[in-house]
Amino acid sequence: MNRDVLVIGGGIAGIQASLDLAEMGFKVHLVERLPSIGGKMAQLDKTFPTNDCAL
Amino acid sequence: MQEHTEKAMKSHNPEVRVGVFVCHCGSNIAGYLDCPALTEYAATLPGVVYVKNNLYTCSEAGIAEIKSAIQERGLTRVVVASCSPRTHMPLFKSACAEAGLNPYLFEMANIRDQCSWVHMQEKEMAQEKAMDLIRMAVAKATFLEPQQDIEASVVRNALVIGGGVAGLSAAIAMADMGINVVLVEREAELGGLLRRVNRIAPRGDSAAERIQELVKEAAGRANLRILLRSEVTAVSGVIGNYEVTVREAEGTERQELVGCIVVATGAVPFRPEGLFGYNGETVITQIELEEKFRAGTLNARSVVMIQCVGARSPERAYCSRICCLTAVKNALAIKETIPDAHVHILYRDIQMYGMENEKLLWDARGKGVRFDVYDVDRPPVVRHGVVEVYQPLLGEVEEVPCDLVVLSTPLVAPEGATALANLMRIATDQNNFFMEAHAKLRPLDFATDGIFLCGTARYPATVAEAQAQGLGAASRVGTVLFKEKLVTSALVSQVTERCDGCGYCIELCPYGALSLEEYEKDGVMRRRARSDKILCKGCGLCAATCPKGGVVVLGFTRKQLEAQVDAALEAV
Repeated sequence: MNRDVLVIGGGIAGIQASLDLAEMGFKVHLVERLPSIGGKMAQLDKTFPTNDCAL
Repeated sequence: MQEHTEKAMKSHNPEVRVGVFVCHCGSNIAGYLDCPALTEYAATLPGVVYVKNNLYTCSEAGIAEIKSAIQERGLTRVVVASCSPRTHMPLFKSACAEAGLNPYLFEMANIRDQCSWVHMQEKEMAQEKAMDLIRMAVAKATFLEPQQDIEASVVRNALVIGGGVAGLSAAIAMADMGINVVLVEREAELGGLLRRVNRIAPRGDSAAERIQELVKEAAGRANLRILLRSEVTAVSGVIGNYEVTVREAEGTERQELVGCIVVATGAVPFRPEGLFGYNGETVITQIELEEKFRAGTLNARSVVMIQCVGARSPERAYCSRICCLTAVKNALAIKETIPDAHVHILYRDIQMYGMENEKLLWDARGKGVRFDVYDVDRPPVVRHGVVEVYQPLLGEVEEVPCDLVVLSTPLVAPEGATALANLMRIATDQNNFFMEAHAKLRPLDFATDGIFLCGTARYPATVAEAQAQGLGAASRVGTVLFKEKLVTSALVSQVTERCDGCGYCIELCPYGALSLEEYEKDGVMRRRARSDKILCKGCGLCAATCPKGGVVVLGFTRKQLEAQVDAALEAV
């Protein structure tokens, strides 16, 4: 069985899934349609409730 | 690009050969600071034998230059003046390690986040500040000492506390991942709050069947042990190696050694004693209504539901999130059981978030369920056989006859949550719900490493949400337990000879990393602080508090910080 994982979409969900899988020791391929990852989150400024910078 | 500059060493210590790399970060730094001038300045600093100006020090070329300078110029300290250690310290440290230099001999000067970005309008002063920052970093680097990363073993076992839908989901998922799981449940049966629920919104699945499925799945896993009528009574140790004491039904205690802990202790419906005439018979809660459905004992022609009972109030400021959905679900269930029954929902705001939930609200309206807003300052009054509700639009009180009043009460933290929090030194919020490390970045983690959170133990959640969080917590556990060993930074607290065991630092430590120990010296029993290298995060509160240098944080010793401060004051 090939143990690599493909994640489609590099928004906050896709990135977190990729990071956790990589932490677990799997090789992850993250595919994003746009030239940069970050998704909608990257377009936000501050996010509730803690008002951190979304970037 | 400026040429490499080799110069005579001014340092008193011939071992110290500092290389300084000044990064343009494209125009992020170079747009505001004169980087070539900074590089030239760095070359004049004591101990500096090599300087280099990079467009991007973090690029492949920049990293290669750090490595070759270490090897060819015999650098024993590396300073990068660039962006921020938060993002790039690990990269530069590993470059040092790959070139054979102990990575703890690396230091960073933050001339972007803390200089060029914040002083764009004052370029001259920014330039001076950048010089100060570089001088300070070089001064500190001179006194850096090599360290070894701390390594610890990992036990591939996990403990789940709570056997509701969140805990069961987490336990089953972890068992399937190959982790040995022990699930501790306080009650005699698994299922948690779901055991009292009738049907699950929005699809209307049977709660009893859902529990049965989960219990069956759990029972089928050889590496999942379930301890019923059991409670966790003591927790010690650290991530990778927690020692947990569980008191079993018969009162006997057993020890479990686990690498991670998942807290899934759930929540309980608030009992509205003294509110809206609650009596458990003609005035009941939603969960008691669900129990009537399950028992088939519902017998009412006219039902009034009152929302936000004991919630969104001064005592309990939060919204319990699931009660609107529950009320609409149960209103529809009443209409299904007794089609000509009258159901009237009195609410403050309706929030039916979710893909399918809004449709339920319209279904209910279509079936004749009546919805009316009530004024929180003039709440409904429950009398015998009638509910009086003030209608703000009409400016008068309407009397709604009814034979059953159902109060929608919030989920609240169960008894014992605070005691459990104290056992594990994990945080709770003002309502005694457990609190995650970060609402967005680490929603299923506690600040204490190796302990995770899911389900209504954090906040009221639907069954689907509790299940998703349980699976998420299992995944988080995987990120820890699938490692062969845990490697952590050596920059942690260290107790020195000067410690006299006064204990000032111990209460202060937010991570519980410090304790007192007794030891014998010259035939006399003495006390001193003891630092747990795995629990310690190197925050430095202890070192800052100790009046006698009895505890220091490696990488931030008095000598290193003094060198930095002296260098800062040189310019004054």
